[in-house]
Amino acid sequence: MLGNLTWAAIPLDQPLPLYAMGVVGLVILAVLAVVTVKGWWPYLWREWITSVDHKRIGAMYFILGLIMLLRGYSDAIMMRTQQAIAIGDAQGYLPPDHYDQIFSAHGSIMIFFVAMPLVIGLMNFVVPLQLGVRDVAFPTLNSVSFWLTATGALLINVSLVIGSFARTGWMGYPPLSELAFSPDEGVDYYLWPLQISGIGTLFTGINFVTTILKLRAPGMTYMRMPVFCWTALASNMLIVAAFPILTGTFVMLLLDRYLGMHFFTNDLGGNQMMYVNLFWAWGHPEVYILILPAFGVFSEVAATFSGKGLFSYRTMVWATLGICVLSFLVWLHHFFTMGAGADVNAFFGIMSSIIAVPTGAKIFNWLFTLFRGRIVFTTPVLYLIGFMITFVIGGLTGVLLAVPPVDFVLHNSAFLVAHFHNVIIGGVLFGMLAGYNYWFPKAFGFTLDERWGKASFWCWLIGFYLAFMPLYMLGLMGMTRRLQHIPDPSWQPLLLVAEVGAIVIFLGILCQIAQLYVSIRTRDLRRDLTGDPWNGRTLEWATSSPPPAYNFAILPRVETIDAFWQMKRRGLPPVEPAYEAIEMPRNSPIGFVNAFFATIVGFALIWHIWWIVILGLLAAAVGILVFGWSENREREIPAREIARLERARSALGRPA
Amino acid sequence: MTVATVDFISTDLARGRGGGGPAPTRIVVAYGFWIFLLSDFVLFSGLFAAYAVLSGNTAGGPTGSELFNLRNVFIETMCLLFSSYTCGLGALSAERRQPGRFLGFNVLTLVLGAAFLIIESTEFAAMVAKGAGPSRSAFLSGFFTLVGTHGVHVTGGLLFLVYMMAQVVAKGLRPHVLRRLLCFSLFWHALDIVWVGVFTLVYLMGAR
Repeated sequence: MLGNLTWAAIPLDQPLPLYAMGVVGLVILAVLAVVTVKGWWPYLWREWITSVDHKRIGAMYFILGLIMLLRGYSDAIMMRTQQAIAIGDAQGYLPPDHYDQIFSAHGSIMIFFVAMPLVIGLMNFVVPLQLGVRDVAFPTLNSVSFWLTATGALLINVSLVIGSFARTGWMGYPPLSELAFSPDEGVDYYLWPLQISGIGTLFTGINFVTTILKLRAPGMTYMRMPVFCWTALASNMLIVAAFPILTGTFVMLLLDRYLGMHFFTNDLGGNQMMYVNLFWAWGHPEVYILILPAFGVFSEVAATFSGKGLFSYRTMVWATLGICVLSFLVWLHHFFTMGAGADVNAFFGIMSSIIAVPTGAKIFNWLFTLFRGRIVFTTPVLYLIGFMITFVIGGLTGVLLAVPPVDFVLHNSAFLVAHFHNVIIGGVLFGMLAGYNYWFPKAFGFTLDERWGKASFWCWLIGFYLAFMPLYMLGLMGMTRRLQHIPDPSWQPLLLVAEVGAIVIFLGILCQIAQLYVSIRTRDLRRDLTGDPWNGRTLEWATSSPPPAYNFAILPRVETIDAFWQMKRRGLPPVEPAYEAIEMPRNSPIGFVNAFFATIVGFALIWHIWWIVILGLLAAAVGILVFGWSENREREIPAREIARLERARSALGRPA
Repeated sequence: MTVATVDFISTDLARGRGGGGPAPTRIVVAYGFWIFLLSDFVLFSGLFAAYAVLSGNTAGGPTGSELFNLRNVFIETMCLLFSSYTCGLGALSAERRQPGRFLGFNVLTLVLGAAFLIIESTEFAAMVAKGAGPSRSAFLSGFFTLVGTHGVHVTGGLLFLVYMMAQVVAKGLRPHVLRRLLCFSLFWHALDIVWVGVFTLVYLMGAR
């Protein structure tokens, strides 16, 4: 009746996850109770859950990413603490089985449910505004994407209370991830959530490539697009080209596990290295999917806060596209030790070093943008400077690891762990936090508190160096990654420093929460009435903060890069334009309904409850058929309503 | 800045390209669907690569030349290719607003697609009955997954077609129905392209 699901799936013998989930469950119940008592459900349903507005969806993605950051961070501090105390005779407080699940969950969650939602959320919010259009190409599909991602995040967290998670690491390498060596539901809790959210991500990629290539304001030729849009284009092209590889690879592993096939098994001709190759054929482009939009954020931040155009826009564009192509030619550097031979390793080593060239060009572009600029030292600028220094260190250790003989010594060591945290925290996360501080006033109509923002930056920066520089040293001293127990007591001092670093990072997270709290409390003092709090250069700043549902009453005409800057220099037209009615997409529950059934089907697949799988798929199919039949998907905002909104806005202090 | 003042618009004012402003819905929908098809091709590339790597790993089990019946596969291939032809004729009828002819041609598409699926599933059933199922060897895992994924796509395409025919009957050839038909046509022809790869790489090269 319930497949493999029995009461034994609830880990009653392990108090730690149960307590943790008890607390999380209470928090969720409390939130739901408050929402119900206050009667907020109709508002949430109408304005957020069924919304197809790219700005709302972007905000929901970002919130999802920030919540999952807390989950991923708690995994991190648990690991750091275990490694700091489980030395010599001491065994620490986490048994190996539990510790293995934690490092697997930490990686999977941080990549798929923190970094990806943050990046996609920012692109969702910013790209249509920067392009000067009213929404993405497929607004309803956008909502479907978000809710599928949320489904994945929910399912992966269910593994805390019902059953257990994978012990395979976030890459899920076979043969360990095969049924023979991971017979329980752990690996399935890894595979199905990533499959479901991966489909959502693929839809996002299709949606944004189409949006950027086909929907731009009149006059916005490619070479007039803001750099963030270029990086979003590159990132989404990589999603379209790379995510299907991951989907296909996971399908093969699932077929091995569910139907007894032999893609990656030890027997009957399976080939494990094929999994590793396919995984990284997705995995290396994935790191550029994450970092390129961060580069875009920093380009916008550098130009805006130094009060001058980006230095060598063209180089930036071509460097972005160069990285986009090269990212598919380096995957083998993740496993030089496979034994592909000197020639193959040399090729991939050289390609991996070459990819540092366009990245280096970008660093110089940012430096020259700042050079002789009138830099305003806001929180985003601090992140920019912190990023440039930190990312260069991470890039250099990356070039070091790209040398095959060095990699033979350092692969799978703490040095590698330090390297990729160096580029992901110092690059992606700093970029997303810079973007968060930069675009928050646009999204919510008031600026974030600078003092708490800067405090948070310094905690993140110092915490990062304290947490990961020791890992570089430990890696050189011979410490391998994923150790549940530390055999060499001489490593303890450095591990304690790393622990302190993790705590300082936690202070950074606390400062961010305080920043949000303080900013909301004092929002009436920090309203952004002009829509242009930073003296911005690109079109998103031409709208009010927050922008109306239709973004632009009249699509702007673009004549240069930095279109809004030029508009400001010319001054706005004195006469009020003749407003016309605007067609906007209607709200749709299809994304949420789909995700509801995807959650049920995903859970049933993990536990082999086949009748629920069939019923859930049928219900989802009915939902899609009903939606696919509909035609009246747009509503019209009348010209009078638009004129009213626009007049109200200019009365607020926009220069008329 | 010189970069900014270079004018690309004058030669190309079409909407959706260059600086012409947002493209019309029909273009956006078809373009997005193209991108989706490209992503589907990437998925198939992964499966093709896996099959190519594993095709020699028969683990003492049957090989391709012992299993494949090229005559059946040829008939199967012809069914699929002709179904694309009738699908194309159906699309032209739809463009000319001839719903009757559209339905007639696409009934043929349905019959040919179903024939393809019947031949394929008979082949699969016979192989499983012979003990050459997907869990026999890595080669057969790769074979069933690659060819089966294509078969699943064809099944989905047929359901898509039935659904679209129902929409044509119920609503007529209105603009939004035509847009969806365009997507169906693209999908159906894309499956042909994949099948050409399957036919060559799996059957022609495997039957030797």
